[in-house]
Order: sequence, then structure tokens, then C-alpha cells
Amino acid sequence: MEDDAPVIYGLEFQIHIIDFDDENNIISKNVLLHQVGEIWHISASPADRGVLATCYNRTADSKVLTCAAVWRMPAELEPGGHESPEDAASPAHALELLCHLDHAARGSTACVVWEPAGPGGRVVSLADNHVLLWDLQESGSRAALASSASLEGKGQLKFTTGRWSPHHNCTQVATANDTAVRGWDTRTMSQIYCIENAHGQLVRDLDFNPNKQYYLASCGDDCRVKFWDTRNVSEPVKTLEEHSHWVWSVRYNHSHDQLVLTGSSDSRVVLSNMVSISSEPFGHLADDDDLSDQEERRPEEKSQEPPQDSVIATYEEHEDSVYAVDWSSADPWLFASLSYDGRLVINRVPRALKYHILL
Amino acid sequence: MAAAAAGPGPGSGPGDSPEGPEAEAPERRRKAHGMLKLYYGLSEGEAAGHPAGPDPLDPTDLNGAHFDPEVYLDKLRRECPLAQLMDSETDMVRQIRALDSDMQTLVYENYNKFISATDTIRKMKNDFRKMEDEMDRLATNMAVITEFSARISATLQDRHERITKLAGVHALLRKLQFLFELPSRLTKCVELGAYGQAVRYQGRARAVLQQYQHLPSFRAIQDDCQVITARLAQQLRQRFREGGSGAPEQAECVELLLALGEPAEELCEEFLAHARGRLEEELRSLEAELGPSPPAPDVLEFTDHGGSGFVSGLCQVAAAYQELFAAQGPAGAEKLAAFARELGSRYFALVERRLAQEQGGGDNSLLVRALDRFHRRLRAPGALLAAAGLAEAATEIVERVARERLGHHLQGLQAAFLGCLTDVRQALAAPRMAGKEGPGLAELLANVASSILSHIKASLASVHLFTAKEVSFSNKPYFRGEFCSQGVREGLIVGFIRSMCQTAQSFCDSPGEKGGATPPALLLLLSRLCLDYETATISYILTLTDEQFLVQDQSPVTPVSTLCAEARETARRLLTHYVKVQGLVISQMLRKSVETRDWLSTLEPRNVRAVMKRVVEDTTAIDVQVGLLYEEGVRKAQSSDSSKRTFSVYSSSRQQGRYAPSYTPSAPMDTNLLSNIQKLFSERIDVFSPVEFNKVSVLTGIIKISLKTLLECVRLRTFGRFGLQQVQVDCHFLQLYLWRFVADEELVHLLLDEVVASAALRCPDPVPMEPSVVEVICERG
Repeated sequence: MEDDAPVIYGLEFQIHIIDFDDENNIISKNVLLHQVGEIWHISASPADRGVLATCYNRTADSKVLTCAAVWRMPAELEPGGHESPEDAASPAHALELLCHLDHAARGSTACVVWEPAGPGGRVVSLADNHVLLWDLQESGSRAALASSASLEGKGQLKFTTGRWSPHHNCTQVATANDTAVRGWDTRTMSQIYCIENAHGQLVRDLDFNPNKQYYLASCGDDCRVKFWDTRNVSEPVKTLEEHSHWVWSVRYNHSHDQLVLTGSSDSRVVLSNMVSISSEPFGHLADDDDLSDQEERRPEEKSQEPPQDSVIATYEEHEDSVYAVDWSSADPWLFASLSYDGRLVINRVPRALKYHILL
Repeated sequence: MAAAAAGPGPGSGPGDSPEGPEAEAPERRRKAHGMLKLYYGLSEGEAAGHPAGPDPLDPTDLNGAHFDPEVYLDKLRRECPLAQLMDSETDMVRQIRALDSDMQTLVYENYNKFISATDTIRKMKNDFRKMEDEMDRLATNMAVITEFSARISATLQDRHERITKLAGVHALLRKLQFLFELPSRLTKCVELGAYGQAVRYQGRARAVLQQYQHLPSFRAIQDDCQVITARLAQQLRQRFREGGSGAPEQAECVELLLALGEPAEELCEEFLAHARGRLEEELRSLEAELGPSPPAPDVLEFTDHGGSGFVSGLCQVAAAYQELFAAQGPAGAEKLAAFARELGSRYFALVERRLAQEQGGGDNSLLVRALDRFHRRLRAPGALLAAAGLAEAATEIVERVARERLGHHLQGLQAAFLGCLTDVRQALAAPRMAGKEGPGLAELLANVASSILSHIKASLASVHLFTAKEVSFSNKPYFRGEFCSQGVREGLIVGFIRSMCQTAQSFCDSPGEKGGATPPALLLLLSRLCLDYETATISYILTLTDEQFLVQDQSPVTPVSTLCAEARETARRLLTHYVKVQGLVISQMLRKSVETRDWLSTLEPRNVRAVMKRVVEDTTAIDVQVGLLYEEGVRKAQSSDSSKRTFSVYSSSRQQGRYAPSYTPSAPMDTNLLSNIQKLFSERIDVFSPVEFNKVSVLTGIIKISLKTLLECVRLRTFGRFGLQQVQVDCHFLQLYLWRFVADEELVHLLLDEVVASAALRCPDPVPMEPSVVEVICERG
């Protein structure tokens, strides 16, 4: 079992690949050098585990410019590729540059998102007020701008973050700028919905419910996490207010979408159980028993009373602001959080809850 | 002894005791007197005339019944010295002489009377002898008279019998004559319109005719009579149907018809139908008063009309009906009840329509008086027709109206509250007088509080009219119990306080996005208002209510403490929201200032940035604003001179500066270690933590939010050397001025240290400015 979420690690311009051996409870890391500058955003290709994209700062002529590039890890370091010997002193490996996702006039890139399914040839990058859709050709070594759209309006509009929806045949991308959340259709590059004033202040992060195609979670500087139905954007479906400062990151569990993880600059990570708006709101209904004979693979839930939305746990291991949280893509009960002081904390969902969901 | 003659009767002397059983009574009385005297504190000395009960059997008591001269003398001789003996002897002699002379006088005085009495008795003896003779003569005369009288009656006996018989025949003949004359008399009566007379004749003759109808002559008379009677009945009916004349005449007609033996059932139907016609007319006129476009009279007049027209009509009908058709039994009563119920419900519908028109109006006293009249009027028919349930229905209407009034007042109060809020908003939004704040917040608060309170009092007073003693319905169970407790206390007062809290809370819930529509000062003011309610006003209002409406109902009511808790919660949320809003304002300022500046290519700092001064100014303004409404609060003990404190972080950032250039994988441990160790000893800062009700806590909250924002924003930027120095200068400036506002200045230091440390980490060339230079710049700025 391993955790293959690569993480940024401070000023060193390195990418650390951290392996977590669940059975032996051993953590091992590999360091990749990222020479071009400090990394502000990182995302791994869902199709090719050796490929990742970064947004990095380049300081030139006393100007800071955020660029984006696609990289390939050295083959021997590909997560799960092989067991590298435990050698802390082993020299750092360098990344192999595949291509730049830069466009001269497009400004700073805030975020790069990969198409969640498919051959992994498509990437969306958000640069200032532009949404750019790239086609990676020749196994990623060349990026061609397929289409783009831009946001017009008064003032300096700037995208802060985005997510690519895994539903609708991967044709939807959600972006956030200031307090608004917008949805885009990648086929026509046109806006399909817009949640004005989704949050009282800046929207910091978004995530799509992996099982319910219209559900979207957002978080922001008003300390709230909101859940939206993109078909009706006038009101949030649900609002959580568990944090006492900006919420920087929100993530749905990949398989049990009632589990929602949030990280905030109040140095806390909160794991919530949003049963009422999950894809299994009441557990399994009684008549599912008949079906379960056929699909034995499916675990049964036998909760007597309808479960309530609740905070499962608040993790306070971090001493400083938590900027990123994510679930393991391999083990649905494992998650990691990263804070300003460089502390990475790996946690498990409480055993009791795990059994409650499974049984 | 002679003394008994001289002083007759009891109580003449201290020692005397009358003989026989009577002797007990005064003795007892005296004892009672003695007890009374004892009770009133009179000493025995004052009752000196009555030395305490000498023994009546004492043989030495000179005036006693059992006086024994031998014993007395013996005693005197034995006990008294010679002088006293002599004294008592002379005294005794004097007394004896006095008594003797008294006796003599008495005899002389009464001598004449004895003589005249003897004469009188002798004369009476003579007179009686004469009377006896006369009485004897009277007796013989009487015997003669008796004999004569017996003889006379014996002679007249025969003739007397004949006369009696003749008289009988005469009477019979007169009856027959009456019968024969009956048709013509009846006709005459009918012609003259003396229906009553006619009916009386007919009534008298009917039985006889009935009895002798087998005789042809009588049969003829009967037939005639029946024809006439039929005509009479017809006429009566005619008159009855015309109906123009009032209810009493109709009642008379019906009475006559009944006497004529018309079927009661039918009459009763007809009677009711007529009554209905009349009452419906009344109702129509009432309805006309309602009118589509009313120059309508006021409610009082309306209910008066209704009362005098419809209700009294109904009363008359009911009374007449019960009198006439009493024989009908329960079925008749049921019919009347149904009749009254139907018309009554129509009347009630009209009244309700009218009252509904009144619902919006303000004058409660008029309404209450109108209701009172309405209710009072309906008591009479209610008593007459218990089965129709009119009184109950009327009470129900009154109750409903009362309830609606309560709702109306509640709405009024809510509207007044909102109005107050609007006023406050306007006052807050009004352009400030040059320099000074417009109306002081404290003044506004007082205005709002007093105006709400006066509204509440006015509502209570006007609602109180419903329970006034002289109002006829105030002693109904609803008005004694439920109206007071559930209606007024719960519905009106508690309801209003709750809705006030809710309205206030809604200001927190309304998304404070984009500046928020609510001015922060309003939040502050509302928070203080709620807090004031919690501490005093709620209990005052409720006490007032409980006093005015002596709540007798046992149903549970919301306790004061619950309401207070709600108000406190509201106040807390409002204040927290205020902190958030104000914090947000300053945060936005700081964020914009950090985000828009190019920190890499900035010049060497010469000044504190204007935005920092603005932050300090705004914070001071907020401090003043909060200070107007909230108390100071407690600070942690301060060091003697906080403003001179140097940044501890300078040293650490310098150290970091030393380590930073070596970008080796092992190096970061040291830098991070430092900051981590530092954090180990500092407490975690809860940025948006709940606020307490004092100025310091509020300001602490706002400053925490602002500085945390500054920290997060700094972490997102990259700084050049001078950029870092500018941050240093700014932070020092903030520290100089902000510490005084917060509860624990350590907090400001910590956060500002963090900011500088973060800026240093975000700087590729971290060369901090000399602290002395920083101080100079700040003091100059």
C-alpha cells in the first residue's frame, strides 16, 4: 500500500515522493529536484503515473511569473515501479521536462488540472483570466493549445483554482475566481453555470463528488464549506462551518463520498460525514438485500436509524496553517494533510466509522 | 333586719345579699366584673365600693341574712378595744334611730292611700250586685227571641225552596239566551274588531254547544258559531299575516288563534316565519350599514344598532314564543332554538365582517366597548335560549377578535421594531457632521430601547382593556386564563422578544458578502440592545405583564431565564458577527495592499505604508465606537512599556538568513526547527473565537482576524530585500499602535512575529533592517 500523492516541500524546490507502507507502517521518501523555481501547484496525471504537471514561480527581472510545465519522473522512481533501497543520501533525481504549458500573452498560471479519465492527453490550465485547454501530443512532449476561453469583466479577474469533473464524459471543468464558481464545457469552451457569491470571500478550493454528477463542494475565506447542486445554484445544498479560519482545501473521498476532508489555516483538518447529501444517504434500503445476492461484492450497511451529518474527527496535529489535504487513491481510508511548516500528516479514518460504513 | 327595708333591691350596699336563688346572679356578675377589671388593669382599690365578696353566710355581717347578734357581739367584744366598741355602739344607735324615723315617714305618707283604697273596694261591691240583675233579664229575653225565630223559619221553608228553583231556571234561561244571541254577538264583535271579546264568548260557549249538539236547535247555533268563528279566525290570520304591527300584536293574534283552537304546530311555523321576516329586515339594514363603501358608522354604533334592532327583536320573539307555545314541549323549544341559531349565525357573520373591518384600526377602547355591548346584549337571548348557544357563540367571537387583536399588536410591535431599526440605519447613514459623530450610538440605543419599551407598554395597556372589570366578558374563563397567559404573555410579549431576537439574528445570517448591507454599527447597537434585554428589560417587561394580567392559568409559560438565554445568545452572535464584519473590512484592506504591490522591485522603505496608518486609524475608530456601548473589559497584565519591545523574530530571521542560502536537503531542518520550537511555547491562536461582551475582547477579535489575514497574504507573495524590510517596518508600526487595544498584547507580538518570519521565508535575499532604523522610521511616520 502506498501513498502516491506527490507533495511540495518548502523552499527547496524539490518534489518528494512519499511511500507509505501500510502494513509495516514505514514511510519512505524520494526526492526529485525541480530546478526551475518554487512550485505553487502540482498535479499528477491520472493516466500515466510517471507524469505530473507543476505551476512554478520564475523570478526574472524582479518580476515573478508563474509558469506551468509537464514533467516525467525518472522511471525507477515511478511510484510502485520498484522498491528503491532505503538510502537517504541517494542523490536527488532530476525531472525530465516534457513540455511547457506557456503562452506568451496569457499571464501567470494558477493551476493545472488533468482530464480525470481517458488517455491522459488533455490538460486544462488556468492563467489569469483564461481557461486554456491543451492537447498533449507525442506522449506529452508537445503541448498544443486546443481551445481557450477567457473571462471578461471589470477589474482584474483572476482564476484561483479549478477542477475537472469526472462526470459527463469529462466535458466539464469548474473554476473559481474571487467569490464566484463557474462551470465550463470543454467542448465549446463556454460557461455553463456560474455561482456568483458562492462564498462571502475568496473561493480557495473545489471538488466534485465522485459519485453524484451534479454535486460540487467549495471552500473559501469565509471559513465555510459549501455543497452545491450545479443544477440549482441559487442556494447551497449544505453549509459547514467547522473551521475558524480560511478553508484552503476540500476533498471528497474517492469511493465513499459522504467522507469529506477539509484543511484550514486554523491548523486543523476536519473529517466530516455528510451522509444526507452523499450517494448513499440512508445506507442501503431493505430491498437492496435481494440485489445483494447478485452483487455480493457490494458491502451491506445495516444502520437502523438514518445517520446524521456530523463531524467525525478534528485533527490538530499541525502547528501551522494546513494548505493541502488529499485522500489516498489506493486506500479509501487513508488521507494526508500538509501544513505551512512542512509537516505532512497521514491519518486513517476511525476504525469504528470504517466498519460502520462497510458493514 | 331593718336594713332590708331601707335599701331594697340588689347592689344597694356592699355587704347586702338578697335572699333566695337570685343571690347567685349578682354574685356571678360581680365575679365577671372582677375578671374584666383584672383584664383592663383596674386595681381593686378603684372598686373600693365593692370589697371583694364578703361571705354571705358570715354571721357577723350586720346586713347579712344569717346575722347572729350573739356572735356579732361576741366578736366585737373579743376583737375591738374599748374606744372602738364605744364608737360602734354610738354608730349602731344612730343607724337604728335613722331607720325608725324612715319607717315613720313611710307610714304617714301612705295613710291617705290606704283609706281611699278601702272606699273604692266598697263601691265596687255595690255596682256588681246591680249588674247581676240585669244579666238575668237579658238571658230570659234571648230565650224568647230564639223561639220566635225558629217558628218563622219553619213557616218560610217551603217558599224558600221554590225561590231557589226559580233562580236556577232563570240562570239556565240566561245561558240559553246567551247561546241564542251568540251568533249575533260574535258577528258584532267581529265587525267591531273586538276579537278578544269574541274569542272569549266562543270559548265560553264551545263546551256547551259541543255537549248539546244532538239537539237540533243547538246544532244550528253551533253551526252559525262555527261559521263566524271561521271568519274570525280568517280575519285574525289576515291580520297576523299582514304583520305590519309589531311583535306584541302578533303575539296577541296568535294567542287568540290558539284560543280558537287553531293547530298550534302550523301557527308556530307561521309565527316563526313572520318573525324571521322582521329579523331579516333588521339584518338587511345592518348589512347595508356594512356597505361596500362605508360611510359606515363606527363599531360601537354598529353593535348598538345590532343590539337594539336584531337582538332585542329576537328576544321579543323568543319570549312571546315561549309564552304562547309553552304547551308544545321540547319539540317547540327545539324549533325555536334552531330558528335562533340560524338567524344568530347570520347576525354573527355580519358582526364578524364589521369587526374584521376594524381589525386594522388602532383604537382598542372603542372596539372593546363595542364588543362589550355586543356581548352584553346577547346575554338576554342567551339566557332565554340556552339551547341556541348564542351566548357561547358570542363569547367565541369576542375571543377570536381578542386573539386577532393580539396578533395585530404583535405585528405592530414587530413593525415598530423594524421602524426603529430603519431610523437607526438612517441616522447612521446620515452624513456625519463635520468632525464629530452624528447622533451618539449610546443615544441611538437609548432611543431604540425606550421607543420599543413604550410600544410594548402601549400594546399592553390597550390589550389590558379586554380584561377590565367592567367589561362583561372579562370574567369568561378564556379571558381570565388563557388570554392572559397564552395570549398576552406568551403570544404577545414572549413572541415579540423572540421575533426581535430573530430579526436581530437574521442580520448575522444574511451573508455578509460584498460589504454586507448591514452597517456594523447597527450590529453593535443590536447586540448591546439584546444584552440589555438579557440583563434587565426582559424580566422587567415580564414582571409588568404578570402584574397587569394576573395570570391564573396553570399552563406552563416560558420562564424568564430561557428568554434571557436566547437574548444573550443573540447578543453574542451579533457581536461575533460585528467582529467578523469589521475584521473583514480591515482584512480586505490589508489583503489588497499585500496583493497589489510588487514586493520584489520595491524601493528601500522610507515610510510606513499609508494602509497601515489607515488600519490603525480604523481600529481606533472601531475602538471608539465599541467604547460607546461596551465596557472596557480586562487585559492581561502588561509589561511596563510595551511599545518599546523589539522584535524577537529579528534574531531568528537573521539566523534563518544565515541558513537560508544553503539549499541543501538537510538544512531546512534547522530553520523549521526554530520556528517549531517557538510555536511549541506559544498557544494556538483561535482566530474567529467567540467574543465576550466587552470592548477589549471585541477589539482583540478584530485585530486577530486582520493580522491573520496579513499573515496568510504575506505567505502567498515573494519579497525582495526591501519588500521584507517594508513588511518589517509595517509590522513594527502596527505593533506600536495595536497592543493597546487587545487583551493580551503577546498575541499581537506573536502574530506580527509570524508575519515577519513568513515574509523572511518568502524572501530569496532576507536581509532585515536594523531595528533602530525601523524604530526611527516608525516614530517619524
